[in-house]
Amino acid sequence: MSTIKVSIVSSSEEIYSGEGTMVFATGSLGEIGIAPGHTPLLTGLAPGPVRVQNGDDEKTFFCSGGFIEIQPDLVTFLSDRAERAESMDEAEAIKAQELAEKNMHDKESELDYTKAAAQLAEAAARIKTIQKLRKNK
Amino acid sequence: MANTKEVRKQIASIKSTQKITSAMEMVAASKIKKTQNEMQLGRPYSEKIKEVISHIANSSSEYSHPFYEHRETKKACFLVVSSDKGLCGGLNINLFKQVISKSAELKEQGIESNFALIGLKAASFFKSVGGDVVANVQKLGDKPDPDALIGLTKTVLDLHRNGEVDQVYLCGNGFVNTMTQEPKVEQLIPLPTEETDELTPTHWDYIYEPEAQELLEGLMTRYIESLIYHAVIENSACEQAAKMLAMKNATENAGDLIKELELLYNNVRQAAITQELSEIVGGAAAV
Repeated sequence: MSTIKVSIVSSSEEIYSGEGTMVFATGSLGEIGIAPGHTPLLTGLAPGPVRVQNGDDEKTFFCSGGFIEIQPDLVTFLSDRAERAESMDEAEAIKAQELAEKNMHDKESELDYTKAAAQLAEAAARIKTIQKLRKNK
Repeated sequence: MANTKEVRKQIASIKSTQKITSAMEMVAASKIKKTQNEMQLGRPYSEKIKEVISHIANSSSEYSHPFYEHRETKKACFLVVSSDKGLCGGLNINLFKQVISKSAELKEQGIESNFALIGLKAASFFKSVGGDVVANVQKLGDKPDPDALIGLTKTVLDLHRNGEVDQVYLCGNGFVNTMTQEPKVEQLIPLPTEETDELTPTHWDYIYEPEAQELLEGLMTRYIESLIYHAVIENSACEQAAKMLAMKNATENAGDLIKELELLYNNVRQAAITQELSEIVGGAAAV
């Protein structure tokens, strides 16, 4: 089976580097599936889960915003922050979501709206990742 | 001649200084490991983003980014990365000297310069030297946060975008090994285009989602940010290494000084005893 080289890096560390037969991620214009031999593509990376399939083995990672570069034989995720989905804490994520929601509604808050919205999107994506992971188990 | 009490006091004070410097040496030695580790962890990202950028440079993109554009230079901006704390030998001063000489060199060509500073030491140096400071971040701590640098990066990039600055130089110390650190002044913008002979000109291009311009703008900014962040981390590793060395030397010097003072102390004490004895003998003879 043909594979594609996958690397997921965040600014502070390398999260994953290896082969995959199929990769799923959330691009800035929607979900994309990447198979070996994909056309060169450069797109934004929206906060959300990134799933790397290698045969029957599947790994899930969480990436906050960034970029995806795709070449026929390799795919690179440049994430601002990425983590292994297993190490994520749902309680923390929900707390972050609540805080972000509060910031959005709180007009007195000095945080500007776009920042709060981005925070909210990230927290929601985090929770989605955890829940997806749980379903798979 | 000095009296024994005075000398003893001096020895005690130098000994306590020695204790401090040797403790600082040990602290720096343990921090080096951490900062070096961080440097290594950040490396994959900078390598990957560099790879992506070079892919883009090699593709026949429909859109060329202003960071690659060589325009007539009237003003240059120096982004100087320094440490927040002193006691690290000539680390900062060596770098500043190089920055100043480069800026003087540019001035001969009619290019004015201004400065964007990271770290307390750079801020105080350029305050005393006098220079047009456009941005300043300090007190990043031992674990620099990439978010803390975004503001400064944005200021510099905006200056470039508005045409107020035509060249940007990144100045920081390069970590060679624990004993050697090297001040570097590197051109950041315009990005040096790499000559790739082995790659024949390709005629492929990426599919961009959404627009090429928007995407490349973001990616380029992120690339510059990652370069700056890496420079900051590298500089902090250099700082710890230089501090360890400086403190080691200080501890050794204190040891030498204590040895000399102990010799002096013994001399003084012996002289006092001899004098006392001769006084007693003299006194006995007189009786």
